[in-house]
Amino acid sequence: MRSVPVDLVVAAIIFFLGALVVWESHQLGSSWGSDGPQAGYFPFYIGSFICVCCIVVFVQALMQLKSDRKVFVTAGQLKKVMVILLPSTAYVLGIQLIGIYVPSALFIGLFMRFVGKYGWLRSAVVGGAVSIISFVLFEIWFKIPLPKGPLERLFGF
Amino acid sequence: MEEINALLHGFSVALTPQNVMLMFLGITLGVIIGVLPGLGGANGVAILLPLTFSMSPTSAIIMLSCIYWGALFGGAITSVLFNIPGEPWSVATTFDGYPMAQQGRAGEALTGAFTSSFVGALVAVLMFTFLAPLVASFALQFGPPEFFSVYLLTFCSFVGTGKGNPFKIVAAMMLGFAMAAVGIDIVTGQLRLTFGFTELLSGFHFLVAVIGLFGVGEILLSMEEGLSFSGHTAKINPKIVLETWKKLPRYWATSIRSCIIGCWMGIIPGGATPASFMSYGVARKVSKDGHKFGTGQLEGVVAPETAAHAAGTSALLPMITLGIPGSPTAAVLLGGLLIWGLQPGPLLFVEQKDFVWGLIASMYLGNIAGLIVVLTMVPLFAAILRVPFPIIAPVIVVICAIGAFTVKNNMLDVWLMIVFGVVGYLFKKLDYPLAPMVLALVLGDSAESAFRQSMLISQGDMGVFFSNWLVGSLTGLALIALFWPLISATLGRLRLAARRS
Repeated sequence: MRSVPVDLVVAAIIFFLGALVVWESHQLGSSWGSDGPQAGYFPFYIGSFICVCCIVVFVQALMQLKSDRKVFVTAGQLKKVMVILLPSTAYVLGIQLIGIYVPSALFIGLFMRFVGKYGWLRSAVVGGAVSIISFVLFEIWFKIPLPKGPLERLFGF
Repeated sequence: MEEINALLHGFSVALTPQNVMLMFLGITLGVIIGVLPGLGGANGVAILLPLTFSMSPTSAIIMLSCIYWGALFGGAITSVLFNIPGEPWSVATTFDGYPMAQQGRAGEALTGAFTSSFVGALVAVLMFTFLAPLVASFALQFGPPEFFSVYLLTFCSFVGTGKGNPFKIVAAMMLGFAMAAVGIDIVTGQLRLTFGFTELLSGFHFLVAVIGLFGVGEILLSMEEGLSFSGHTAKINPKIVLETWKKLPRYWATSIRSCIIGCWMGIIPGGATPASFMSYGVARKVSKDGHKFGTGQLEGVVAPETAAHAAGTSALLPMITLGIPGSPTAAVLLGGLLIWGLQPGPLLFVEQKDFVWGLIASMYLGNIAGLIVVLTMVPLFAAILRVPFPIIAPVIVVICAIGAFTVKNNMLDVWLMIVFGVVGYLFKKLDYPLAPMVLALVLGDSAESAFRQSMLISQGDMGVFFSNWLVGSLTGLALIALFWPLISATLGRLRLAARRS
């Protein structure tokens, strides 16, 4: 994947966000009310600045579209990024569903087993240890409750 | 003399057994954070911040600032031994530090790096001790227009000192301001930019952004680069330390120069990273061994490390005195102060004497503790780095997730962390700077209310930002900084034209 098209897409997305801010500020009232500046007064300018800057970045990138052959990310690199990004996303989904401790142990253990090519035993020990240490640290020592699920309920937490 | 008395009182606050223990704990955690890829000063402090909510503010800031010193020290270890900068500010340390390690002089390079870090920090703390009360009492006279012009100067400096595309810098910064505006408007009570999502009522929390952008984003980048750590071993024994200390006084001129560069770049929000590069560059130009730089010169390690640590320390000066942090990590510390119910700014020196002077005293003690810890425990820290990445990477993601959750006990924040991680990855690769974005997110509300109050005073007339010499010169400086890329380009062209004719 080349760098310039990504630059164009990101600039367009940020432009869209900026336009959203401008529109919303306008809805709220971006001018001078009876008692001073309205709620949208400051964000209106912020949004406008975003839009202007992104147009410039977009045009700059457009001019380099033909000449700049810099690579944004190779297929191999993208695969490596996905190797951590996808399991991380699944891990967050897991936290949402069954609490943080079980997914943490599974995430670390499976990642070590399949990406790091460690043995099952060692992977399970490290994954379990991190989970148990964080449980003791947060739930018992610092008394900061983290998300818990069925397994923790089984033990009475 | 007043400062000396206050400082002595500060030492009595900081020197309780509990605080000293927290100091060593903080330094050790900080060095580990500095050594590991994906955990930096800013998000390390962000993740550990919730743990300090139950401590007294003084103990909490002592531990957190020590984590920060530790991270500053730790960056050098990976640079010298593995040629991988653990932190952005130690990139310049690799230039001469790694060649020294290749020649088997790793111990000398590390001793030089740690000692000059210490010297840089010490000079910055001395400056802090005597300058901060002055700045604070001066700033007591500030009204909203003055504060807004200081904010303006802070943000415009990013454009002036940044090396990237100025439009991308401004876009990233404004995105931060826009995110800060999300939620309930503090003046009118209206909902802004929530688009009907009740979860967005309280807005984006900057700690979540920091953890995502710097933590998860950094992990994605490290994975892409396919990091494999293969480094040199370091032996540090008292003999090497003493021999290196004997050599160091030779570089006194470099040290002084680097301290000045560091302190200056830390107060204006340039930060430690540009300070270290600038100091290295200047040392190479001025030194009589300049042509040998890059081949393993001790001086090439002294210059960037002194400046980075001086800048990192003095970044706390505007944070404490004006409430305006000079670096992302200082911004996170500022967020901590707000959570503990302390309003950073000039009044802090009047109302919270124990806290301020305890913090200043802990800066002296923390750096001494830091020097002891790093000099004695280098092999241990290097061993941590040899833990393979497939173990480190998921563990760091887990730590980040816990950190993001504990900010507000909110599951949405953990999802946002992943989103911010991807944003951080994209922005890093496309040269959108993250530091101004984070600073804008932290300062957005204060900057906006300063702006609105100024507008109320002047009834909407922008002239208020030029209404007296103080606010006028601050705004003027800000505008110069904002247009600096344009000005320097024009000057360069003029000079070129003059040379041709």
